[in-house]
Order: sequence, then C-alpha cells, then structure tokens
Amino acid sequence: MSAPVKLLYFAWLKQKTGCAEEEVQPPAEVATVAELLSWLEGRGGGFAEALADRAAIRVAVNQEYARPGDPVKPGDEVALFPPVTGG
Amino acid sequence: MTVRVQREDFDLGAELTALTAGNRRVGGLTSFVGLVRDMAETPDLAAMTLEHYPGMTERMLERIEAEAQARWPLEASLIVHRYGRMEPGEQIVLVACASPHREAAFEACHFLIDWLKTKAPFWKVEESHSGGTNWVEARSSDDAAAARWHRDDDAAE
Repeated sequence: MSAPVKLLYFAWLKQKTGCAEEEVQPPAEVATVAELLSWLEGRGGGFAEALADRAAIRVAVNQEYARPGDPVKPGDEVALFPPVTGG
Repeated sequence: MTVRVQREDFDLGAELTALTAGNRRVGGLTSFVGLVRDMAETPDLAAMTLEHYPGMTERMLERIEAEAQARWPLEASLIVHRYGRMEPGEQIVLVACASPHREAAFEACHFLIDWLKTKAPFWKVEESHSGGTNWVEARSSDDAAAARWHRDDDAAE
C-alpha cells in the first residue's frame, strides 16, 4: 500500500466538509489536483457541497499553490481553501 | 528580513525602533499597519477571527519578503501578521521597510502589503453581536492592486 495523501481543509471548506484534516488513499487513477477534487466530490454530502464551485477553491500541494493539472502523488500534503483574505 | 506569525498584539513603536537600531545606512523607514475596521459586510460587527495555514503562511511571507529584497535596496524589512480573534480597532498586520532611500522604502512596503493580501493563506471570519458569522470574500480590487507589481520573472508567483 502506498503512502496516504494528507488533506487539509480551511475556512468554509472545513465547515462544509466537517473535516479539518484527514489521510486518504485515492485510487491509482487519481493523479492530478482536478482528479483528486472530483474524487472527493464523489463522496457526496458535505464534500459534494463544498466542492461544487471549483472557481471558489484554491489548492496547495506541499504548501505551494497548484493548478488543476498539477500532479498529486502518495505522501503529498494537499490543502483546499477559499481565496485568501488576510492583511 | 523577519517574518512573524503570532496570536499576540505587537508594539508598533518598539518594532520600528528595533528594526533600524544601530544601522546608520537607513535613511527612510516606512510602515503599514492594518486594523480591524467596523464597516465590514457583517452589520453590528463584534469581532473577526483570522485562520491561517501554519507552515505555508510563513513560507509565503518569507518568499514575498525575499522578492521585495530582490527588487529594492532594503536595509531591513519586517512582516508581523496576527491570527486568532480580534475586535474592531485592533492591529492585524504590520509591514515595515527600511532603505537608504525613501522611494524604495515606500514602494517595497506597498508591494509587500499588496502581495501579502493575495498570496498569504489567511482567512477572515466575521462575527456579529447577534452571534452570526460570515466568511469574508476575497476582493477583485485586491487582485488588481497586487497585479500592479507583476513582472514576468516573479518568484512569488
């Protein structure tokens, strides 16, 4: 079994999914950010609701901003969050 | 060349004094302080809470600061960003830049706060006196402000 992917959820994504942090084992065909989001959305419930509007979601892989086509592999830390509002 | 992410408040005067202490090459020191304001989307604002992504926050702030150092001749720079619950009037963020020249100090300070607002992973949630909460939405005007500083070789992209 390969290393899990660590998922982090922030702001309203944490509220809607009801999850701050988890480790998952996506199927082997999930190789990109976009594929990971679709797989998570497929869990239904709060995940489907949270992931419905992809334009409202930013993703970081290993603490670097990532695009939908960027790779995700076992052992990565993937964070899902809305556009930032600090400052 | 310092970045701090902390829950506690900061002493503006002490921070600025310490930043340039003993450095005779500094001719100009600029600072920007962001405050919690009471004219937010939530009527009857009681407080706001800043959530952040520990690890990535420091990484992004350090990168933004390094970019400012690369662009302007800075003798010193400082970013202090708070997280946690804050009430209207409280200080949220401090950006300060010291340079031999005022123009560089002004521009670098402006650059840092504009980029920080669009890159650093912080999120504000407002709470009203009646107990309601509202996640603040990102503003396109902040993206436009940051885009002013864009260059093709942006390391902070």
